Amino acid sequence: MSGLDFDLAHLFAGLMVLVCFLMLYQDRLYSLLNTFAVHAMVLSLAVAWQAYIQGAPQLYVTAAIALIFKAMVIPIALHRLIRRMDLHREIETVGGIGRTMLLGMALVALSISVMLPVTAAAGTLAREDLAFALSIVLLGLLMMITRRNAVSQVVGFMTLENGLILAATGAKGMPLVVEISVAFSVLIAFIVIGIFLFRIRERFDTVDVGALDSFRGDRR
Amino acid sequence: MGLAVALAPLLTGLVRAVKARLMRRRGPSVLQPYRDLLRLIRKEAVIAEDASWLFRAAPYMIFAATWVAVALVPTFATGLPFSWSADLIAIVALLGGARFFQALAGMDVGTSFGGIGSSREVMIASMAEPALLMVAFTLSLLAHSTQLSIISESLHYSNVGLRISVAMVLIALILVALAENARIPVDNPATHLELTMVHEAMVLEYSGRHLAMMEFGAALKLLLYMSIVGAVFMPLGMAQAHDSLVRQAVGLGAYLVKMAAGGVLLGAFEVSIAKMRVFRAPEFLGSAFMLGFLATLLLFVSKGGLR
Repeated sequence: MSGLDFDLAHLFAGLMVLVCFLMLYQDRLYSLLNTFAVHAMVLSLAVAWQAYIQGAPQLYVTAAIALIFKAMVIPIALHRLIRRMDLHREIETVGGIGRTMLLGMALVALSISVMLPVTAAAGTLAREDLAFALSIVLLGLLMMITRRNAVSQVVGFMTLENGLILAATGAKGMPLVVEISVAFSVLIAFIVIGIFLFRIRERFDTVDVGALDSFRGDRR
Repeated sequence: MGLAVALAPLLTGLVRAVKARLMRRRGPSVLQPYRDLLRLIRKEAVIAEDASWLFRAAPYMIFAATWVAVALVPTFATGLPFSWSADLIAIVALLGGARFFQALAGMDVGTSFGGIGSSREVMIASMAEPALLMVAFTLSLLAHSTQLSIISESLHYSNVGLRISVAMVLIALILVALAENARIPVDNPATHLELTMVHEAMVLEYSGRHLAMMEFGAALKLLLYMSIVGAVFMPLGMAQAHDSLVRQAVGLGAYLVKMAAGGVLLGAFEVSIAKMRVFRAPEFLGSAFMLGFLATLLLFVSKGGLR
C-alpha cells in the first residue's frame, strides 16, 4: 500500500472524528443538522476512497447510499420536521458543552487504546479504521446521552450508525446485502423515531424527553 | 535576534495599517509604532505612590523574557546562534514567566482595573497554555524532537505526507496565538473600554519608558507567534545553518514575505469578526485544546504510530 492511500484514508477518518466533536459543540438545532450532513458527506468520501483502494465496486454503492440518504434526505426531512413542529431551536444539554467535549476526548483516547492492542494482527488500514469507528460510535452514544432534545438524539443515533459503516468498510469485503439492509433499517428507525416524536409532542407539547420521566412519576 | 527587535514594531504597524485601510480610514503610517516607542522612552515615567519595586521591574522582565523566547525561534534560517539552547517547551515556559510578571504588575498598584485585567489574563492563559503544550507535543511526536529548528527542518525536508494532525495543530496554534496576543475575538488591542479590556487593563498604570517596554514586549510576542507559524508550517525558503550568503538572503526575503502576509491576514481577520464575550473565551480556547489533543491522539493511529 502506498503512502498516499493510507494518508487519505486516515485524513477522511480523522475528519469524521473531528466533525463528531463539531456536532458536540453545536448549540442550535439547524446547525447541528448541517454539521451532521457534513459528517455523512465525509463518510461517503471515506467509503468511496476505501472502494477505490480496495478495488471493491460494491462499496461505491455504500458511498452513494450514505451521500443520498444520510447527507441529503434525512437532514432535509429533519429540517422540515423542526419547522412543522415549530420546535425552539436551542439544544438543551445535560452538563456543559465543555465537560461533554472533555468526556468525548477521553472516549477517543479510550477507544484508540483499546482497539490498537486488540487488532494487532490486522492490517494497518483496518486497525486505524476500527479505532476511529469505535470512537465515532462512542461519541454518537455520548451525544444521545447528553442531549435532552429528541431530535438531537436522533442525530446522535445516526452518527453512531455512520461509525458502524466506517468500521464495516474498513474490514474488507462486506457483502452488499448487509449494507443495504443496514441502510434500510436505519431509514425505518428514522421513520419510527419520527412517529415517536410526533406522539411525544402531541402528549406533552415538547420534545424534551425529560417530560417522559415526570409522566412516569420519576422525581428529579 | 536583533532582526526580531527591529521588525516587531513594523509588524504591529502593518497590522494596524491594514485594519485602518479595510475600515476605509487612512490610518497612521506603518512606521508609527517606532515613533511611539521613541517618544515614550524620552518621556518621564509616572509611577503610582503605592507601587513596589515589582511594578518598576516588571516591564524589563517581560521584555527580556519575550526577547529571549524570540531568539529561540528560527526566523529566516534554522540553526541560528541561539536555537540550540532551548526548545519549544522552554519557549512556552518563558512566555508563561512573562505573563506571570505582567499579571503581578497589573495587581501591584491596587487599582480595580488592573485586578480585572490580571484575573482575566490568567483565566485565558490557564486555557491557552495546555493547548499550546498539546501543539508542542504533537509537533515533537512528528519530528522526534522538541527543538524548533529540527521540527522545522523535518517538516520541510522529510516526507511527512498528508496528515490531518498537522492541519489541526495549525488551527489550534492560530487560536492560541490570537488569544495570547490579545487580538480581537478574545481581546481588543485598541480598546480602553472598561468592561472589555484585558491586556490594556494591566498596562493602564504604566507610562513613559515602562510603557514603551510593555508595548515593545507585546509587539515581540506577536512576531514570535507569527514566526513559529511561519517556521513550522511554511518552512519554504528557510536557509540552513551553514548555507551560503545567497541562500541566507533568500531565506531572509522569504521570512519578510511570510511576516507581511501574516500581518495582512491578521488585519483582515480582525476586521471581519466581532469580539467575543469574555466568558466565551474558555470555549474558544477549549476548542483549541481539543484540536491539539485530538491531533496528538490521531497521530498514534497514523503511519508512524502503527508499528
